Amino acid sequence: MKLYKKVRTTAAILALSVASGSTLASDQLLNSSYDIARELFASYNEHFAAHWKTTTGKDIEIRQSHGGSSRQAQAIIEGLRADVVTFNQVTDIDILHQRGNLVPVDWREQLPNASSPYYSTMAFLVRQGNPKGVSNWDDLARDDVSSVFPNPKTSGNGRYTYLAAYGYAQKAHDNDTVQVDDFVRTFLSRVAVFDTGGRGATTTFVERSIGDVLITFESEVNNIIAEYPDHGFEVVVPPVSFLAEFPVAVVQRHAERNGNLELAQAYLEELYSEDAQRLLAGFNYRVHNETVQTEFADRFPAVELLSVEQIAGSWENAMAEHFSNGGKLDQLQRR
Amino acid sequence: MTPHRLRVGDQPWVKWSLIGLALSLTTLLLVMPLVAIFVQAFQGGLQTYLDNLLDHYTLHAIGLTLFVAALTVPINLVFGVFLAWLVTRFEFTGRKLLITLIDIPFAVSPVVAGLLYLLLYGSNGWIGRWLYDQDIQLMFAWPGILMVTVFVTCPFVARELIPLMQQQGKEEEEAGVTLGASGWQLFRRVTLPNIQWALLYGVVLTNARAVGEFGAVSVVSGNIRGETNTLPLHVELLYQDYNAVGAFTSASLLAGIAMITLIVKSLVEWRQARQRSRLSEEIL
Repeated sequence: MKLYKKVRTTAAILALSVASGSTLASDQLLNSSYDIARELFASYNEHFAAHWKTTTGKDIEIRQSHGGSSRQAQAIIEGLRADVVTFNQVTDIDILHQRGNLVPVDWREQLPNASSPYYSTMAFLVRQGNPKGVSNWDDLARDDVSSVFPNPKTSGNGRYTYLAAYGYAQKAHDNDTVQVDDFVRTFLSRVAVFDTGGRGATTTFVERSIGDVLITFESEVNNIIAEYPDHGFEVVVPPVSFLAEFPVAVVQRHAERNGNLELAQAYLEELYSEDAQRLLAGFNYRVHNETVQTEFADRFPAVELLSVEQIAGSWENAMAEHFSNGGKLDQLQRR
Repeated sequence: MTPHRLRVGDQPWVKWSLIGLALSLTTLLLVMPLVAIFVQAFQGGLQTYLDNLLDHYTLHAIGLTLFVAALTVPINLVFGVFLAWLVTRFEFTGRKLLITLIDIPFAVSPVVAGLLYLLLYGSNGWIGRWLYDQDIQLMFAWPGILMVTVFVTCPFVARELIPLMQQQGKEEEEAGVTLGASGWQLFRRVTLPNIQWALLYGVVLTNARAVGEFGAVSVVSGNIRGETNTLPLHVELLYQDYNAVGAFTSASLLAGIAMITLIVKSLVEWRQARQRSRLSEEIL
């Protein structure tokens, strides 16, 4: 029975440590974010904590939750008491308003640049030396080029890629629906594998060596190159691509309840400060601050960015018209 | 004259190729991935391994995982013994139904189990709405993780005990009662010694599953780093984060726990077999 006692004491110690970890400190904030933003926010939180200390003299602890952003939104609706959300999809914040009125309907007007402090675009990752000479979206419709990107049905990343190709085709074919559809149909038929998420697509491309081009966020392409330095991958940013916004919002109902409204607001506003924008650019996200833009000019090639409004009218339209069951995506994929 | 018939496996080449096939499949499907975990984890050398291991969030994930297991095991131990005792020592209507119901956690997918708890206790759920008004947070905090872990592991102990207790019958306990043993004495002196190895076996399985549970926990965890992130969730998080070495470091811990479990399990099985053979000798 000696073992019993030991187990009991260990459990007690652990219980204490876990319980004390979750007791509320004076200033605490929970940020619910998308899954590949951990390092970004680890770094930003440090910046913000210092900023908060100098402006208010208070210490602050920022907790992070990371996951696929649709799932994160779902958790918040089910009761995860996040004060702020920093997502990679506008629709996932919209749903917070639609189900449970957790954010106000005009959340996009609460902060500058449609509440999107930074943005990115879809870029190509090609194998060493770019052997297939890929430079633009029309190359991806060539029959000797195969591409890899996540399934637009299950992944925001995939939806952006689909819309980017669609927007490119609209421009190239002067909005001629038949030609646009033809192009996108060919483009989709050249996809080697549709993985469910960005990470899966990366594994397919890098570790299983499938496909000539991996399409993903520009910000992520650089992370992949850094993670696999021996492969000699290269980035190609096409001249036309999609404006991928990274929207943020205060989860008003939760922040109010947690007594964090002011802090939450300040946390998001600080993202627009020059120092924070520089930090964001350091993680390969494009930012709006002009000084920082000039500093990082060589890292971000000029690209014409098409917004979802230009391509499909609005996110709501895009979802209904393109991604719903039997929508355009399904029609174009039918072989 | 009857022709000499060969049974399958009588010819040496059949036997050896079958053994070879089984061995290579085992190596390919089980041993190689296990080795790969450790190879990947130590890819950056011992120092990197230790750095990843001693990372604040990894340590917290280890602590939380052990904490949940340390609560789950005693809860299900008591529950399992109670249930097994109930269905093997008493006759009542619904007994068969109860035995079937014990298996529900095995029958439903863990993700579904997590969602069920979320539907009940999430802030839009029946009980959850009331909890929200009382400012009690169960889901997306450690109590929620504990609840689903208890749910998915609750059949293990009972499942191990029921067949054994059925086989042993209640004669010994009845004898104890006639000799004037109290309820507690009966349990300590008669029931427990008879079931101890099966019980331990159930505990080992419960513990292994509690430590490794991913699906149900991932639904109710909320993935808050340093707070509700268990070790299996931590592995996924690190992997999504392009930190493969870190992910495999945490995975190597889980693999280590799994191997310890296997060793303990084999020991217990050996003791159980001994007990069983003793039991049958006594009957003979």
